[in-house]
Amino acid sequence: MGEEVILHGTWASPFSCRVIWALKLKGIPYEYIEEDLSNKSSQLLQHNPVHKKIPVLVHGGKATCESMIILEYVEEMWPQNPLLPTDPCERADARFWIKFAEEKGPAMWTVYRTSGEEQEKAVKDTLEMLRAIEAHGLVDKKYFGGDKIGIVDIAFGQIAQWLGVIEDIVGVKLLEAHKFPRLHAWIKNFKEVPIIKENLPDRDEMMVFFKHFREMLLTSSRDS
Amino acid sequence: MAEDSVKLLGYWASPYSLKVKWALKLKGIQYQYVEEDLKNKSPMLLQYNPVYKKIPVLVHDDKPLAESLIILEYIDEVWKQNPLLPIDPHERAKARFWAKFADDKCVPALVAAFSKKGEEQERAVKEARENLKILESGLEGKRFFGGETIGFVDIAAGWIGCWAQMTEEIIGIKLIDAETMPLLDSWFQDFLEIPLIKECMPPQDKLLEHCKESHKKF
Repeated sequence: MGEEVILHGTWASPFSCRVIWALKLKGIPYEYIEEDLSNKSSQLLQHNPVHKKIPVLVHGGKATCESMIILEYVEEMWPQNPLLPTDPCERADARFWIKFAEEKGPAMWTVYRTSGEEQEKAVKDTLEMLRAIEAHGLVDKKYFGGDKIGIVDIAFGQIAQWLGVIEDIVGVKLLEAHKFPRLHAWIKNFKEVPIIKENLPDRDEMMVFFKHFREMLLTSSRDS
Repeated sequence: MAEDSVKLLGYWASPYSLKVKWALKLKGIQYQYVEEDLKNKSPMLLQYNPVYKKIPVLVHDDKPLAESLIILEYIDEVWKQNPLLPIDPHERAKARFWAKFADDKCVPALVAAFSKKGEEQERAVKEARENLKILESGLEGKRFFGGETIGFVDIAAGWIGCWAQMTEEIIGIKLIDAETMPLLDSWFQDFLEIPLIKECMPPQDKLLEHCKESHKKF
């Protein structure tokens, strides 16, 4: 398994970060390529012709796309420091929450990208997502993975930092500590895990980046 | 394994339910089937799937599992005969990729083609055709996604052929074009001809009526 591992990503993307966290947790050396999404590299387009998106993991010349699929691949190739439980039922439960994160997560980005009625609906959807996680996902657990972080914690990573940035930019508080005590505690615990702490994009830089990008989005949607 | 240790809560007209039936049948797993009335969901279903309250739910030794593709992976891990996913991790990733693509990109476009009208429908039809063409590329010229025999993606997405055909009949617009997507067209036909696949299919006339009824609501 001495073959080269290359990750195509972008610094501010939570999806990119998921893969970085997994690789770092397992101690897998890799080469990182920062993509300019306005000028995607020919390698990226060649490795992900269907979606043309990051992250893409290239291992021994073979490309794997879609962050959570990449994580399952990484888990299978490098079993040390497992991210998934061994029991099939617990694995199914973890995959359930991964799917939930994939399906419901986009709502918070809709809050970020839109305004007016569309945004109001997205706020409602995001709150619904948070309520479900609070009620069913973290009962009697420090992390989604139990005593240490696992694949589901990584999947929900965007709630730990990106949601806060979105809330600040948009001016809407969604994850209030008293309404979501379990999630609030989880965020604190998650961000204190050394690998996560060392590999979160800088919050100030994120604020600048996402604020600017949102202004561009809203301007262009007004003009179109 | 005793029949009562495996229970499937499903709905006769649901393709998601059907996927699980196919997987159980392929592996020769005995199970008890419980037909849910979706307009009056049982307390059992609501208890077993509190987050989504949907079928299918597989209950194995009293432990519930939800979401059809996740149930398929679980079945594959617990019962090793007639494997659904390949062994090689990269091939497994590809299989997961195409199953996700079918669910995320093909199905919503088909649903929109079925339920919308006018320009919105035209856009949905175009998108459905484009995405089906991309799905075809995932076959990589093979007969089935699983190779010579069916596997994970075939079970995850093969039902689309039948439902797309019914949609075409109801909306009067061609979705699966044998000329522009010959491999996909053959794949759907070959898949639906497999005995165990065919045996589990709900009666076609009843299904068509059911889809027509749903269409009237739009």
